[in-house]
Amino acid sequence: MTATTSTPGIQTQSQTRRRMSAAQRRDLRDGLLFTSPFIFGVLALWVGPMLYSIFLILHKWNMLAPPKFLGLGHFERMLNDPLVGKSLVNTAYYTFVGVPLQLVVAFALAVMLNQQIRGLSVYRTVYYLPSITPAVAFAVVWVQILNPEFGVLNEVLHWFGLGPINWLFEPAWAKPALIIMSLWLTGFQMIIFLAGLQGVPKELEEAAEIDGANAWRRFINVTIPIISPIIFFNMIIGIIGSFQVFTTVFIMTDGGPQNATLFMVLYIYRNAFELFRMGYAASLAWILFLIIMAFTAIQFFFANRWVYYEGRL
Amino acid sequence: MMIALGLTFLMPLAWVVSTSLKLPGQVFITPIEWIPTEPKWDNYFEVFRRLPFHLFIRNSFFVSIMGTIGMVLSSLTVAYGLSRLRWPGRDFVFTVLLATMMLPAVVTMIPVFIIFKEINWVGTFYPLWVPAWFGAAFYIFLMRQYMLTLPLELDEAAKIDGASNFRILWQVIAPLCGPAVATITIFAFLQHYNAFMEPLIYISKSEMYTLPLGLLWFKGRFGNFWHLVMAASMITILPVIIIFFFAQRQFVQGAQFTGLAGR
Repeated sequence: MTATTSTPGIQTQSQTRRRMSAAQRRDLRDGLLFTSPFIFGVLALWVGPMLYSIFLILHKWNMLAPPKFLGLGHFERMLNDPLVGKSLVNTAYYTFVGVPLQLVVAFALAVMLNQQIRGLSVYRTVYYLPSITPAVAFAVVWVQILNPEFGVLNEVLHWFGLGPINWLFEPAWAKPALIIMSLWLTGFQMIIFLAGLQGVPKELEEAAEIDGANAWRRFINVTIPIISPIIFFNMIIGIIGSFQVFTTVFIMTDGGPQNATLFMVLYIYRNAFELFRMGYAASLAWILFLIIMAFTAIQFFFANRWVYYEGRL
Repeated sequence: MMIALGLTFLMPLAWVVSTSLKLPGQVFITPIEWIPTEPKWDNYFEVFRRLPFHLFIRNSFFVSIMGTIGMVLSSLTVAYGLSRLRWPGRDFVFTVLLATMMLPAVVTMIPVFIIFKEINWVGTFYPLWVPAWFGAAFYIFLMRQYMLTLPLELDEAAKIDGASNFRILWQVIAPLCGPAVATITIFAFLQHYNAFMEPLIYISKSEMYTLPLGLLWFKGRFGNFWHLVMAASMITILPVIIIFFFAQRQFVQGAQFTGLAGR
């Protein structure tokens, strides 16, 4: 811009370039400056710790004596630790049974709320509130709801001539009990589904209606594809969260009965903060990390088979 | 059917409220008496007499407010750099941001604990709220999506007037981000208020307990007094309910701001 007023020639070109690069430098400086909290946060709370935990994996350390080099000994130990397999199976059970059910419940609630009903905000409140209450508070309550003798759940089952079930005291029922409770906590997913459903263009549904599609076919062929990115999002977030479930089991069962609810993060927590096996706990955390990443990658790999993105064919 | 389902979801909360107002002898009477004939409000005062819940409330609010302030400021700053500025490397930083949203935090739990121990932060409130000042991917993303909807002419006009980026952010852009700020405030506050694992790992002195730890302690010591445990739970839940009623819109907006979730 200012270059046009200067004398022509090589000199000007280099001046322009220098001036441009000064502006670019300023842009770069400001860009880095404004994003520096996040960049520092990633380095200090993600990259640094992850590198540091590689050191931990290779050492035996109880935080009292100096760390002792162990090589890959922790992984050998895992193979001989029956609780590792147990907690992996428990976590997988909780995730692969729980998350699909959570998605179905959250989606069903959202579809119901998406109709023109009276008292929408009341229902929205009722379904959403549980998911934002402190976990300790509702975990304490649910222990009571699941109580075999006085619990409300068994009372309801009794009306139908079922039960009583020993929920949290019987290995076979403890995980289903926690999954039932998790269905009560799907409010956040529901709100996201609801936002998605409200974003489905009315014209598309009307066009399908004119073409003679009934409500069910419109739902399957119009609504589901349009909001498939949201289903995908909820599924990814749900699986990542479910693999790392901790608070509720810590409070409600502490892994019992007979380790039926010993999930991975609880076992990692015990090793790190109760037994002070920092290296072993860090190794377990890495295994869980890799498992979660693998499942996330698999989902992304299959995503383009069923997730529909607007503007992409 | 809607009503039946709604009541099912409401039932646990109703049970907390009704039990918290009962006499010990009334708790396990079946069929359940949903509305106690003589509500015993003194249960709530009894909770404060048994454990210092006023300290837990103070601690929880301190951590939540500090964390929330940090989260709002960092989201505004970083989102500005990612949405209103053009610079080489921006897309890379944004990609990293999206990636950290999907990284399972479990992998950093132990090394971060050791790092905080090395700088003598274990046993202080710092590990509970300082990380928020570096931003969190979800909130930055939400704020960026919102800032992208504001016209770029705003910045250009201010730039012609000679305003620096710093001034543009705080005097032009930030005042327009009210809805996104409100949503982040609510979410960040609740995230810190509800946090359990961090206080569990980092706080050991009982006078520094936050409400979740205090409630767990209360349950451990007075677990047989269900009417009191429920009153203590209610004390913990009540701020959340109050916030929700005053800020319902922000919760719903939160889902919409993310650009309809990952699209």
